[in-house]
Order: sequence, then C-alpha cells, then structure tokens
Amino acid sequence: MTSLPNSTQKKLGLVIDLDTCVGCHACVISCKGWNTENYGAPLSDQDAYGSDPSGTFLNRVHSFEVQPQTGAAQLIHFPKSCLHCDDAPCVTVCPTGASYKRSEDGIVLVNESDCIGCGLCAWACPYGARELDQAAGVMKKCTLCVDRIYNENLPEEDREPACVRTCPAGARHFGDFNDPNSHVSTLSRDRGGMDLMPEQGTAPVNKYLPPRPKDALPEIDVLAPFLTPVAETPKGFLGWLDKTLEKL
Amino acid sequence: MQQPVIDLSPHVSDEVRKTTCYMCACRCGINVHLKDGKVAYIEGNRDHPVNKGVLCAKGSAGIMQVNAPSRLRAPLKRVGPRGSGEFEEISWDEALKIATDWLAPIRKNNPEKLAFFTGRDQSQSFTSFWAQNFGTPNYAAHGGFCSVNMATAGIYTMGGAFWEFGQPDWDHTKLFMLFGVAEDHDSNPIKMGIGKIKARGARVIGVNPIRTGYNAVADDWVGITPGTDGLFILSMVHCLIKAGKVDLEYLAQFTNAPVLVNSDPDSDDFGLLLRDENGKELVIDRTTGQLARFDQPGVRPDLAATHRIGDIEHRPVFHLMADQYLSDDYAPEAVADRCGIPAPRIRAIAAELARVAFEEAFELDQPWTDFRGEKHQTMTGRPVSFHAMRGISAHANGFQTCRALHVLQILLGTVEVPGGFRFKPPYPKPATAHPKPHCKVTPDAPLDGPHLGFVHGPEDLVLRPDGSPARIDKAFTWENPMSAHGLMHMVISNAHAGDPYKIDTLFMYMANMSWNSSMNTRGVIDMLTDTDENGDYVIPRIIYSDAYSSEMVAYADLILPDTTYLERHDCISLLDRPICEADAAADAIRWPVIEPDRDVRGFQSVLCTLGAQLGLPGFINEDGSQKYKDYGDYIVNHIRKPGIGPLAGFRGDGSQSGRGEVNPDQLDRYIENGGFFVEHIPAEASYYKPWNAAYQDWAVNMGLFDSPQPYLFQLYCEPLRKFQRAAEGKGPHQPPDHLRDRIKSTMAPLPIWYETDQTGNDGFSIHALTQRPMAMYHSWGSQNAWLRQLHGHNPLYLPTKLMRENALQDGDWARVSSPHGSITVPVLEMAALNDNTVWTWNAIGKRKGAWALDENAPEATRGFLLNHLIHELLPPKGDGLRWANSDPITGQAAWFDLKVAIEKAPAPTQPGPLQSSPSFAALKSPVPAAPKDLAWKVGK
Amino acid sequence: MHPAPSVIFFTTFSGLGFGLLVFLGIGLPPVTGVTAFAFFTLAYLAAVGGLTASTFHLGHPERALKAFTQWRSSWLSREAWCAVAALLLMAIYGAALVFWNTRLPILGYLGAALSLATVFTTSMIYTQLKTIPRWNSRATPAKFLAYALTGGALLAGQISLAIPALAALAVLQSIVWKQGDTALSRSGSTLASATGLGPIGQVRAFEPPHTGTNYLLREFVHVVGRKHAAKLRLIALILTSGLPIVLLLVPFSHFAAGLAVLSHILGVLTARWLFFAQAEHVVGLYYGKR
Ligand SMILES: Nc1nc2c(c(=O)[nH]1)N[C@H]1C(S)=C(S)[C@@H](COP(=O)(O)OP(=O)(O)OC[C@H]3O[C@@H](n4cnc5c(=O)[nH]c(N)nc54)[C@H](O)[C@@H]3O)O[C@H]1N2
Ligand SMILES: Nc1nc2c(c(=O)[nH]1)N[C@H]1C(S)=C(S)[C@@H](COP(=O)(O)OP(=O)(O)OC[C@H]3O[C@@H](n4cnc5c(=O)[nH]c(N)nc54)[C@H](O)[C@@H]3O)O[C@H]1N2
Ligand code: SF4
Ligand code: SF4
Ligand code: SF4
Ligand code: SF4
Ligand code: SF4
Ligand SMILES: [Mo]
Repeated sequence: MTSLPNSTQKKLGLVIDLDTCVGCHACVISCKGWNTENYGAPLSDQDAYGSDPSGTFLNRVHSFEVQPQTGAAQLIHFPKSCLHCDDAPCVTVCPTGASYKRSEDGIVLVNESDCIGCGLCAWACPYGARELDQAAGVMKKCTLCVDRIYNENLPEEDREPACVRTCPAGARHFGDFNDPNSHVSTLSRDRGGMDLMPEQGTAPVNKYLPPRPKDALPEIDVLAPFLTPVAETPKGFLGWLDKTLEKL
Repeated sequence: MQQPVIDLSPHVSDEVRKTTCYMCACRCGINVHLKDGKVAYIEGNRDHPVNKGVLCAKGSAGIMQVNAPSRLRAPLKRVGPRGSGEFEEISWDEALKIATDWLAPIRKNNPEKLAFFTGRDQSQSFTSFWAQNFGTPNYAAHGGFCSVNMATAGIYTMGGAFWEFGQPDWDHTKLFMLFGVAEDHDSNPIKMGIGKIKARGARVIGVNPIRTGYNAVADDWVGITPGTDGLFILSMVHCLIKAGKVDLEYLAQFTNAPVLVNSDPDSDDFGLLLRDENGKELVIDRTTGQLARFDQPGVRPDLAATHRIGDIEHRPVFHLMADQYLSDDYAPEAVADRCGIPAPRIRAIAAELARVAFEEAFELDQPWTDFRGEKHQTMTGRPVSFHAMRGISAHANGFQTCRALHVLQILLGTVEVPGGFRFKPPYPKPATAHPKPHCKVTPDAPLDGPHLGFVHGPEDLVLRPDGSPARIDKAFTWENPMSAHGLMHMVISNAHAGDPYKIDTLFMYMANMSWNSSMNTRGVIDMLTDTDENGDYVIPRIIYSDAYSSEMVAYADLILPDTTYLERHDCISLLDRPICEADAAADAIRWPVIEPDRDVRGFQSVLCTLGAQLGLPGFINEDGSQKYKDYGDYIVNHIRKPGIGPLAGFRGDGSQSGRGEVNPDQLDRYIENGGFFVEHIPAEASYYKPWNAAYQDWAVNMGLFDSPQPYLFQLYCEPLRKFQRAAEGKGPHQPPDHLRDRIKSTMAPLPIWYETDQTGNDGFSIHALTQRPMAMYHSWGSQNAWLRQLHGHNPLYLPTKLMRENALQDGDWARVSSPHGSITVPVLEMAALNDNTVWTWNAIGKRKGAWALDENAPEATRGFLLNHLIHELLPPKGDGLRWANSDPITGQAAWFDLKVAIEKAPAPTQPGPLQSSPSFAALKSPVPAAPKDLAWKVGK
Repeated sequence: MHPAPSVIFFTTFSGLGFGLLVFLGIGLPPVTGVTAFAFFTLAYLAAVGGLTASTFHLGHPERALKAFTQWRSSWLSREAWCAVAALLLMAIYGAALVFWNTRLPILGYLGAALSLATVFTTSMIYTQLKTIPRWNSRATPAKFLAYALTGGALLAGQISLAIPALAALAVLQSIVWKQGDTALSRSGSTLASATGLGPIGQVRAFEPPHTGTNYLLREFVHVVGRKHAAKLRLIALILTSGLPIVLLLVPFSHFAAGLAVLSHILGVLTARWLFFAQAEHVVGLYYGKR
C-alpha cells in the first residue's frame, strides 16, 4: 500500500501546545504503556536494567532553549510523535507495502506482518517518528491510537489517544482537521498552528501551537499608576489610612 | 491494492479495578486494567477528584514498578556486617519474633529507646497511633527535612499551607505566581491548573533560579538569586503598602491587622497582643471607638486607632507593619542587587499584582454569612493566586520567607476569596486548633498524647525537667522551637552521638536514609556502621521496612518487606493527608487489586500484628487477642473519636458521611465508588471558610472540628514574639544563652528577611540546587525500566557565564566542592538559569548494587548526588558548638543553602565506564539479577 | 548516518558486480568459456554477495520477498526487480558464453542496461531521501553510476577506459564531497525550522528526550570529526583512483592489476563509509547533533 491516497475522508491528528507543555513525559509513558499492551508487537526494551538501557518509544519529549534578541533565554518542552503527514515520504519508500496511510482518516500505520524491518521508512521520516523495534524486528510508530479512537470496548469519552487522555497540562488535542469547526482546526487557526520542517514537503497533519510571547510584563518606573505612593513616610501613610477608612 | 483490515475494537481488558496511585504523594485515582489477572495497563480515573482522568509518567509506569526485579521477596535477617548487603531470607514468624524480642523489653523499661521514623509515610495517623501506643516520644515522619517551613508558616499565619492543603482557585484566577516549585506533591492538579488558566489567557509568573517545567511555561520568569525570595516579597509588600494597594476591608475584618499590640518597649508584655480575660484578641470598634473582641457581632475593627491603657500605648498590628515595611530598606532599589532582580521589574510585578487584584476584582453572586453574623450579598473575587514550595522553604530563612508570602497574599485580600488561594478540608484550621506536642514517657504505657503539634510559646517546648531535649531529634527545643514535623534528618546523627541520649532500636519505614534522603551521605553510612569499644554497633539495632532493594536495606539488621501499592490496603484519610479539594472533602483507599507473588506483607498490617504481640493497648482486645487482623480491618473498625474513623465515607448504614458508626461494608463501598469518597461543600460555604458560618457548621458536621473555630489570619505571629521575649530575658522559661541572639534576631513576629548563616562559605559563592524530575519519584524511579530511560544519569547544569568562566563545554567534567566535601561530575550548559546557580536532578545517582541494577548502570557510574556536599551541621564557628544546617525556627533542613566552588576537572580515566566521584563499593544485592530485555505484554 | 557494514558492503560490491556485468553485457572483454566463467563468477559473487549482505540489516530477512510488491512507488522494490531481472538475464547470457561460446548480444545489452538500472535504483534509494540533504542530489546517482562503471571497467580489464574513468571519478567524487558539505545548510532545514521556534530567537537543543541512546541516535546520528573526515577523503581518493592509476600506468602485470583492483575496492569501501558516516539526517537537528 505504498501509494498515498489522493485524499482522506477525515484528517485525524494532534495539536500540541508548546505554550503549556511542561515537559512531564506523561504522554511518553502512557503511550509506551498502551502500545506495549496493544497494537502489534510490544514496545521492547533492551538492557532494561543494565548499563546501556534503550527501548522503543513512539513519542518522545525534547527540550530546546531559545535565546531571544533581548531578554532571558527560554526553555521549551517539545513532544514529538508521528505527524501523520499528508505527503508521507515514509509510506512511499516502503518496499513491502507495510507502511500505509489510511484513506478513511489519514492515519499512517505499519502493517507489522508485512514489514521486513528494512528501516527505510525511518530514514525517510524527517521527524524521527519511527523506531525499529529491536526485539520484534519491525517498524513501530505512533498509530494515533487507532485501536482506541474507534474502540467500542471503551467508553465513548475514552476514544481518544492515550497521550491526549493523560496529558495533565492539556497540551495535547486530538481531532479532525478536515472539519474546519473541530476543536483542533479552531485552535490551530486561532493560535497560529505551525508545521515542523515545512521545507521537507511532508505536509504534516499534526500542528504545533507556538509559545506565547514571554517576559512581556513591561518594566515600569516609580510612578506607575498602580504604585503611586499615597505617602512616603509611615506617618503620612497612617494619615492616609485614617482618611481612607472614613470613606469605607 | 487493498488496505489491510485491522481490528479497531480490540479487547481492552478483562476487568478494571479502581484504586489510588502511590508513585508519589499526589494520590491520583487510577484504573488498573487486568488481563488474566495481571496488570495490563494503568490509566487515570476520570471520576477522581484529584486527577480527573489524567496521569503523570510515574503513574502510567506503575506497571513497571509492580514487576520491578528489585522487589524484596521475603523478610531478611542480616548475616554479614552492616552495609555489606549480606542477608538471609527468613519466615515472617521468625521476623516478627525477632522484632518482638527486641522491642518488648524497650517498651517495658525505656520506651524512648525506640526511635520510630517513617519517611514519606502516607499513613501517619496510623503509624503515629502505633508509636503513641508504644509510648516512645521519638516518632515523626519526613516533614522536617521536607517542607515543614511551608506547613508551619502557613498554619501559624493563616491556618493552612500551600503544601497539599490548599490550591489556587483555578477557575477564577487571572494571575498566578509560583515561587520555588519544580513539581510538588500536587503534581497533576498543578499541571491541570496551569493548563486551564493558560487556556484562559491568564498570566503565570514563575519565580525560580531555574527555568524548567512550570517555570518554562510561565509567561514571566524571575530568575531570582536563591535564598532571597523573602526580600523580594517584602519589597513588593513595601510597594503595595506605600501605594495603599492593600485590601483594607479584608484586613480589618479577617486578619489581626487591627488587633492591638502592646507597644511599650519597657513593658513586660511588650509585643504581646491585647486580649480580654478569655484570651480573645481585642480591637477598637470603629463605630463606637471602644475596645471590643475581634469576633463580637457587629464590630467594625479599626486599622488605625491606637489605645492607651495606663501609660502603655497599644497600636494595631497594621501600624507596626506600616512602620516596618515602609522603610527604605525594603525599597526595590535597596534589594535589587541581592535578589538579582532589577528594581523596575520588582515594581512591575507589584503593580501587576495590584492591578489584577483591584482592577480585575469581580463579584460572585453568592450570599454568605460571616462569623460575626453579618450577611454579605456577594463574594468579592481578587483573582491573584500564589503557590510555593521547597524553593522558598528549604532555606534556613524559609519559615520567615513563607510567612512573608502569606502576608503578601493576605494584604491583597486574596486568600479564601474567589480567584485567590483556597484551603482544602480539613483546613482551614488555626495553629491553636492543633494539638501541642507530647513527650511524657511512662514505661509499659502509651505516651501522654500525640507526638507532634504546634507550640504557642516557650512553655510548650518538649523538654525534660532538666531542660534537655526530650526527643532524640531535638524537636521543639530552643534550637528549633516550632519544629511541628520533627527532625528526621537529625535522628541518625543524634542517635550516633548519644545526644541527647542513646537509643536501642531505630525502626524506620520507607526512607532511604543511607542515600538520597540524608545530608552528608557518607557520614550517615559511617554512623550506621560505627562500632563502640566492644565492637557493638553504636546504634545497636535497626529494623527497616522497604518494598524494594534500596540503598538503605543494606544498613538494617532486620528487613520487613512491604508489598507494592497494588497489593495492599491503604487509607488516605482525613485524619492526616487526605485528597480533598477546595470544594469538597474527599478521602480514598488502596486495596489489593493483585495478590503478591512473594512472601511480603503490607507494613501497616505487620504493625497490627507487632502491636498485638507487644500488647499495645490500641492493638489488642480486652482478652489480649489481636484487635485488627490487618490494616484493612483497622481502616474499617478503628474509632478515633466517637463516630470518627480513618475513612469518612459510607459510614453507619453506608449513607452517613464524616461521622457515623463503623460500617463493616465500608471498603466494599469505597471499591464500588472507584476507591474514593467525596463530599461537596455547599456553595455558600465554599469561600471565606475561616469566617464563613456555613462552612464552620459543615465542618463540624463532617467531624473536622467539634465546634466552629473561626479565627483571624495572623499577620503578626504572637508565638514568635513569645520566644523572642523569652530570649530578651522575660518570663519563666529561658533559652540557653548561646541561643538568645539568634532567637531574638530570627523569631520576629512580623515577617523579616535575614541572610542565612554563611559560616565557612568563604570561597564558595555559587548556589547549588536540586530539582525533582517530573517523571521520577526520588530514588524509586530508577528501578523502573521505562522511567530510567528518561533520567538514567544527571549532569550538573551550569549557566552560560560559569561555563565560559571555567572554560567548560558540554560533556566536560568539573570538580564541585563545598565547605564539606567535593564531587566530580559531568556538566552541561543551560542558558535559562540564574547566573550564579548550578543544579541537577534530585536522587538520580545510585549506589552500585542497589535497585537490582547492573553495577555499571549509568545511575551508579555517571549519576551523582549533591547530598555528599551538604552537611546536617554547619561548619564549626569556633564557639565549640556545631549548629544545625536547619531553619532556626522550625528545624527545616536547609538543603538549598548549599554554596559551592567549581573548577574544571579531567574526565575520570580509570578503566570501565566514566565514573563520577565519590564512588562507593558495590552492595551485595539481596534480590536476584534483573532480566536483560523486556517485551512486556500480558494479554494473548 | 550510522555506517552499517552490511550496507557499505552491499553498495560497494553490488556496484562493482553490476558494473562488471555492464561491461560483460556489452562484450568487454569479449570472453567465452572458462575465462567467461571466471569473470561471471566474479561479477555474481560481488553482486549477489552485496545483495545478500543487504538483507543482514533487515529485521525480518525471511520476508524479503515482500519487497518485490511495491515497484510502483518504492525504489527499494524497483531495485529488487531490476537486480533479479539483471541477474537472471545475465545468467542466461553468461551461460551461453560459458557453455556454448555464444554471445547473445541483445540479451547482453539488455542485461547491461538492467545492471545499470540496478545501480541507478540503488542510488535512488538514497537520492530520494530529502531527509538526508547530502544524498538528496542528482550527484548521488551520477556518483553511484560512475563508481559502478569505473569499477566495472577496472574489473573488466579495460585499462584504457579505466584510467581516464578513475581520474574522472576522483574529480567527480571531490566535487560531490564539496557540494555535500553544504547540502544540509542549503536544504533549508535547521533547528529553527524543525521546531518552528526560530521566530523567537536562537534555538539550541537542551536536554534530549532520554538520557540513554535510542534507535534514532544509533541509526541516524554519527559524528565524524572534520580533520578525520578530510584525512579519510584523501585516503579514499588515493586508494580509489590515485594508486590504481599509477599501478595501471606501470607496465602491465597481473600482480599490479590485482593490486589496482584491491586498492580501488578499499578506496570505494572508504568512500562508502564516508558516504554514510558523513550523511547528516535532519532528525539529528532535534538532538542538537549532526
Ligand atoms: N515527580 C516527583 N514529584 C515529587 C517528588 C519527586 O521526587 N518526584 N517529591 C515529592 C516531595 S517529597 C516533595 S517535598 C515535593 C517537592 O516539590 P518542590 O517544592 O517542587 O521541590 P523541588 O523539586 O526540590 O523544587 C524546588 C524548586 O525550588 C527552586 N529553588 C531553590 N531555591 C530557591 C529559592 O531560593 N527561591 C526560589 N524561588 N526557588 C528556589 C528550585 O530551582 C526548584 O525548582 O515534590 C513531591 N513531588
Ligand atoms: N539533595 C537533595 N536531597 C534531598 C532533597 C532535595 O531536594 N535535594 N529532598 C529531600 C526530601 S523533601 C525528601 S521528602 C527526601 C525523600 O527521600 P526518601 O523519602 O528517602 O525517598 P526515597 O528515595 O523515595 O525513599 C523512600 C524509600 O521508600 C521505599 N519504598 C517505595 N515504595 C514503598 C512501599 O510501598 N513500601 C515501603 N515500605 N517502602 C517503599 C523506596 O524503596 C525507598 O527506599 O529526600 C530529601 N533529600
Ligand atoms: S511524521 Fe514521519 S513517520 Fe509520520 S507520516 Fe510523517 S514522515 Fe511518516
Ligand atoms: S521497515 Fe517495514 S514499514 Fe519501514 S519501509 Fe521497511 S518494510 Fe516498510
Ligand atoms: S496517539 Fe497513541 S500512539 Fe500516538 S503518540 Fe499518542 S499515545 Fe502514542
Ligand atoms: S503529557 Fe502533556 S505536558 Fe506532559 S510532556 Fe506530554 S504534552 Fe507535555
Ligand atoms: S502525580 Fe503521578 S505519581 Fe503522583 S499519584 Fe498522581 S499519577 Fe501517581
Ligand atoms: Mo519531600
């Protein structure tokens, strides 16, 4: 299924709010937990208690420091999982058809029983969203929790990705970008949702909301309206107090 | 080609069991999904009041905690020397017999020779009950080294603290200011709250030398110099008072600002509050101009009027505050350099506080009646809220700093009002409503009352008749009079020194005292293994309960292996640290959702048995038989006061809340309800709780108090003045002379800022801090296969300036030294950091051989602890005394006062992996080696 | 990129093998019988050996046949088809030469074309990757083809062709390296574009998501020191082209020719090592590493 669908009925994806992500890694671990137990092979760990532990994760939280022209440096926590690109290069390079983009909802998936573990799709992904599981020998990636979002064994309200459900800060949002009125479309419009590496031409579905301007509280001087002294001395202050109390 | 057909509705689990997370003290509700009786997946419980469905990384990784190879498997008896890690697995019968044989004679003869300290215990009302029954005065949990400054300052000032016992009004606040918090106990609620208010566009200001986590998402970051928050806060207080931007109405009605203070320096009672014969504080009534009780119906307390009795002048507290804080010493220009915050920025923040508090004030259409009987048609919202934790409290000036912050928020009139800071039941509860500490030891009998409490003057100190400390940790003594949580960090060193006396058995529960929870780790290890001239251990016996193969296990003689949190009963009770919300009282349980596959027992259940074997009155029936079969039995059947037990929900026939008879089905009802119980506070009672008649009545009904307890916020803290007064030589209870000056200068009744003791710090000028990683809980995270991949080692982060000055680059190594010791560690650069501060993640470094990790695990090679640089005592001052590295008021361990020097060091070159120093010999692991690889799937 | 031995081996030897097959296909040298057998064996050992090596890095080599299914879109799949077609065709062609001393020229040309196509498809696997700007260039197929043809000429004993080809290859390789050095910066992908944080200020990678390593770092992030790279490039040029040219210019001896081939192979292996080791995947930007 290496060809990409011309269009998809829905365009499901995530909005990730860089203004509120506190970098807690909750999404990382709930993703690991859900996907270890569910879709396909478990996400394995090598040398789990050893000197060089390493494992498969479908979602990882980076952090970056940004130094503005003036003012203090900022730190931004940056979760990253598959962006379910419209022009997914990871799909078209796949020699076996294991990688595909679903025509119903645009979710990019790996059919693990077809995957030969050649790694090429991971090479093609600019975002590092695919990891070859060392135990199973197949490519793993974010499934957008395809086994949750339609799952009739889950209560309706739980039919959302594990990472979205768990995010304590509410920095992750899930929905259909084909619906201009969906929560994700609105958020992305209002807050300037952006693409990562647009120059790669992948047309990512997931959008990132940029952090709001920081350290914008204007520094003010002695006679700021809210701090105009009522009196300079304790005595003067108590005089003011007397007068003010009269009025209360 | 066809798309593959996939199963969109796979089977999720056979069963969901709802219980409470234990991966930190936040106590979120969890849904544990089971397949074939095994834990398959853990998610948050959407109905739960604490987390409303969300879950943090630790919570989701619980599955890896429950299957961790480091879990202890059976009781252990030490067979090698202490510290070797050589043990023999024994039966529970033998373990209980050993414990009983050790403890029974102690109880019979000298109960104080048992020191029972319980770490980050979530069952303190139970463990303290056990200790009280045993009769030893030596009981406390971990609060003394954790954040007792925060707790006491809050309770003495406003009858409740940030620490777990309150929360911002997330629904209404528009400006949220956070001091010194990396993560805190309210982990998920704070994240949810920040997310919520940011979505609304409210402003978050983070005051922290380090800009990570919450401070990274803060709209404004104040990279303050550590230890100077008090000064910064009081400077804002200066600006606000000077500009008259304080809530006079609120101050007059709800605080002791109008209460009269004896202002005659020559008077014996100088500085004490004027009270009537029943001890009620007195104010001047504005309508009559006469003296009146603060709570007299109809009284309009006057903030300005003074009162003369004889020739003794009495001035309202607010006068004293104006005098003190209008001083130019608190002007932004005067403090800017010390705080590392430009004066205009201090003003800007003060102005923003004033603007939001007063310009964005709003009314909630909610009538209520105050304690004076006055009816109010609305509730006035002042949408400014604050939160703070160890960043301000873990300094030796932390108590006063925390008080300063409370005074700031009270001046703005934003405590217990819409948009401000709100208490969670059982708070508000003034210091006077808490017990006082007890220490009267009677052989073969219980202690005369609860160990811990609040002192209100020198007469309440816990001293023996000769004036020496009654407790092994010297809590409630002149050295740290208001040490409401005890001083767990001093127990081992005092016991080792036999000062104030020697003990026989040290009994500890879930505290990794030979590693990350002690200052001076190496020294503590030496004390635990030190022998006397006869070759006997100086601390003769150590019993310890842990669930895992921690560093501490190796230093005990008898190990009582606990279950993991999914395998036992627990009770998150209104009697100690419940899960209440500002709008509701709530408590919760844990219950065995899976059965242990090892020979382990819940520690509390073990105490039920041990208590019975020792014949402790609270643990036996009249016929001497064991009263509580196990902890579950205790939770249901224990009666603290008539009608009140550990759990408030489903009492009596199941329909009663708060008070009611024992309900044998109570645990089942909790389980049916998702593991918790919530009782909402009526709307008219939801704000102004300390003064709200409806709330007070509701609290009495719930069993939180026995009668309404309205009170005033204590801007002026009289108990402090009483200690100060004693130090001035007044009154019958006198401190030792060497402490007089310190008590006089630090125990000021209005918040002050003082520089912490800098003895020995010459040449050490860089602040060194630790922060909790959100994804790790102290030392336990490292045994978790998923979490340890996130934080497997910890670099020391240096600000750009210090990197340049020391010609350091990422990945280089540096020698970091303090007056006490030195470590060699890898460094990384961080720009968003105070210029004179370095830091690392807390408790990532591990001892080789512990936690079932490989000896070359990065935690044990490159990982390190800052604790090696911190001593529990300050360097000698030359006065022959060793002063504790603690807050002089509460005894709070001053972790963050650490100052260091840094120099580039060659990367360690010995063969094998790069090794930070100091490095310790490997412990012999009491558990088998861990598996190499994991692919954990329980279904199919 | 991680310079995986299997892939270096694969591209080097399959390039050489198919290069030789190209020459054999067009009848250079015009061999038959035992000599042909020797040449074909050499070619097949290299080509098939290389292809086999390539399966070593598969997670599921036993499913390798599935790789034939996606020829419509996947260069790897096309490579599989071309390789099999070329090898089959050339097998018939070779058998005719060896056993019947008959040259089937049409088959030979077709086989040569398919062999070239195989090398081309291999190169396109790399070329197509926008994520690796150094490879994402027309120079990559040109280079792969040049290597294959030069190596083929050398193995086919076409000295007069091989000498200028070796020289040209050295020039081409040098240009490609030079060009490659700026490829990432020309690609427009930066940490700023990768994070979208550029408009705020200068972006720097801070803590990585995990303190340990992971598949991405192992596979995509490999840092070669600059000095080290310059030295290796020189060595590669000398071994690939310099030494073989000298050895071919001295009066012909089988020994010198053998040495020339050996040197060339070592050179190509070095160049291929650099091809991978120096290739920077844009994902490295997220890790502050290239
Ligand atoms: N994930 C996780 N959660 C935990 C824990 C854990 O281990 N892991 N531990 C629990 C426990 S026991 C506790 S006590 C709480 C503690 O929770 P926190 O109070 O958040 O404790 P720390 O992580 O020590 O963070 C202290 C913060 O104060 C800052 N700081 C230090 N000195 C100063 C100062 O002088 N001024 C200011 N303004 N800031 C300063 C530090 O930079 C740091 O950000 O967390 C609890 N929650
Ligand atoms: N440098 C530095 N040091 C610090 C701090 C700091 O900020 N900086 N913070 C201090 C503070 S505030 C605190 S609270 C302490 C925390 O320090 P500790 O309370 O010592 O925390 P842990 O390391 O988690 O150790 C608790 C022990 O409990 C065990 N345990 C876990 N689960 C269970 C269980 O279910 N049952 C039983 N019986 N045992 C269990 C663990 O295995 C571990 O051995 O650290 C202090 N140390
Ligand atoms: S993010 Fe990567 S893996 Fe996901 S669709 Fe885009 S290219 Fe493919
Ligand atoms: S690793 Fe699997 S999914 Fe990826 S390209 Fe190869 S066969 Fe396709
Ligand atoms: S959507 Fe599901 S698979 Fe994707 S990152 Fe979130 S939890 Fe992981
Ligand atoms: S769970 Fe939410 S806040 Fe935490 S790292 Fe993930 S996106 Fe950020
Ligand atoms: S904050 Fe995390 S670790 Fe703590 S109780 Fe909640 S889910 Fe568990
Ligand atoms: Mo703590």
